[in-house]
Amino acid sequence: MTAQGLEDGYATAAHRRIDRVRALNGAMVLILIVLFAASLLAGRIWLTPGEVLDGLFSSRAQLPSLIVAELRLPRAVLAVLVGATLGISGAVLQGLTRNPLAEPGLLGITSGASFGAVLAIYFGLSQLSLTVIPAFGLVGSFAAMLLTFALGRGGGTLALVLAGAAVNSFGVALIALALNLAPGVDAAYEIMTWLMGSLANRSWDQVLLAAPFIAAGCVLLAFTGRALDALSLGEAQAASLGVNLQRLRVTALLGTALAVGGATSVTGAVGFIGLVAPHLVRPFAGYQPSRILLPSATAGAVLLLAADIATRLISIGPEIKLGVFTALLGTPFFFWLVVRLRRTAP
Amino acid sequence: MTELVAANIGVSRGGRAILSDVSLRAGGGEFIAVIGPNGAGKSTLLSALAGLLPPSSGAIRLDGRRITSFGTSELARRRAYLPQDPRCEWPISVERLVGLGLTPVLPAFGGFSRAQQTRITQVLSDCDLLAQRYQSATTLSGGEFARAMLARALVGDPQILIVDEPMEGLDPRHRIEAASRLRTLSSEGKLVIASVHDLTLAMRYATRIVALYHGRVAADGPALETMNPDLLRRIFEVDAEIAGTEVRAYVDYLAPLPSRHAPDERISP
Repeated sequence: MTAQGLEDGYATAAHRRIDRVRALNGAMVLILIVLFAASLLAGRIWLTPGEVLDGLFSSRAQLPSLIVAELRLPRAVLAVLVGATLGISGAVLQGLTRNPLAEPGLLGITSGASFGAVLAIYFGLSQLSLTVIPAFGLVGSFAAMLLTFALGRGGGTLALVLAGAAVNSFGVALIALALNLAPGVDAAYEIMTWLMGSLANRSWDQVLLAAPFIAAGCVLLAFTGRALDALSLGEAQAASLGVNLQRLRVTALLGTALAVGGATSVTGAVGFIGLVAPHLVRPFAGYQPSRILLPSATAGAVLLLAADIATRLISIGPEIKLGVFTALLGTPFFFWLVVRLRRTAP
Repeated sequence: MTELVAANIGVSRGGRAILSDVSLRAGGGEFIAVIGPNGAGKSTLLSALAGLLPPSSGAIRLDGRRITSFGTSELARRRAYLPQDPRCEWPISVERLVGLGLTPVLPAFGGFSRAQQTRITQVLSDCDLLAQRYQSATTLSGGEFARAMLARALVGDPQILIVDEPMEGLDPRHRIEAASRLRTLSSEGKLVIASVHDLTLAMRYATRIVALYHGRVAADGPALETMNPDLLRRIFEVDAEIAGTEVRAYVDYLAPLPSRHAPDERISP
């Protein structure tokens, strides 16, 4: 057979494959839209679609309109932003470390952002403005990023991951210290509640503060795809293919700091979404790192929106915190992952 | 014509000299087998020649230009490098794996052009991998995987191919195939440099042998003339005979030489 003859057969096969990824992306976006709509309707007070549309497009200050415009819409937008961030950064970090257990907290950013936010609560600054906690969280995430970078600089991916682990432990220790020294039960309770992670009662101010950082970070992360693909062959071959590994590590770290830092600053730490989302979409995208980035982001958004709706609908006393809920659901997945790895490991 | 020249290069790591004063002039059409005992510096020499490891002294030039002055993508388009024991970390298809060889010419986003797809098909066909095209690379046999990696290296049509131990872990049939493929590539005008432990195959298929010993060039010359019992005694510390001639030449190992540290431990057959 000639190469051209083979090519015609190939073109159809390639077409099928591309279609599969497109179908995955399309399906994810569709589910996302449905859940987004559901997120506006569902809650302690159920709204009709008419009331939601009213809330979105008219300026009459009635209770349903207020609920939609000031509570549910920012909450749903935030869920999409944060879920997408966790999904894409999990996919990038799993690709960078080639470790299926890597997740957005790997580089110490999450605990850095959490500690920043905890400091704001500790000193009672959260009373001043709703944006104080996220602003402190952002500063904390950049501090964590700089520390991770300074510690792990020039030592390869392993050094970066170890530096991230050290920074993470440090952040966790500092949070424990803040809890330990908390001036009163109320402050300690507020810190604990914040750490559990939630989308409840987030305002547009907070969303608008975090959104630019999340957007910038996600763009940086999206540009790592080609290098992550080459990294499937190991670092030596990636370098021989012209991939600048140091630049890749810095991009992944900076992108994670911006996006995950921004997300965590507003919602608190939400676990497992970043770990799970890439695994859910990977088989559909042929396991190629660059092709799972976008589906991971949409899968993360879908998971987080679904989890957030669930926390609103489960009524057993106080509202279940989002971070608690994702951890509860995510842990069995972790078990499954370990069992599967044990089975497939050589 | 491609010309790769190493002039008195030295590489040190942690204060220890791994290569010292190595000079080499290589051109398109050659298949150079780098031989030497474990730890002689073969992998280091190949990394340096591939431009992945800047030498601490001396210089490497590709077509008269210092290899360190090439951009990483520019260099990646001209030479392909396969490390020892290459792996694929995700179960991607063979076709995708081979396509990774086009990384230096791909834009940040988007798929392969039609010409690139044709090229991938061509290389898969050349390396007898069409049947495995959509198979996951992690499920290939050793011989198939070695071919897939070679296809990955060749898909960008490099002028220089540098391969670290391409025959390790392969059975006799696949070793011979690998060696003969490399020879074919060199006769098509490429410069092929490979580290080889199988001295018989090195002698039969390579056009030239460079022997390394303790980081220095112990011998350099046409394959059949350079391989001789004296050289093997000197660098591998074994008694060996070279039997047969031309394409039937083979190395027959007899016994290790008495250890230099404990001269009485020699066991006679």
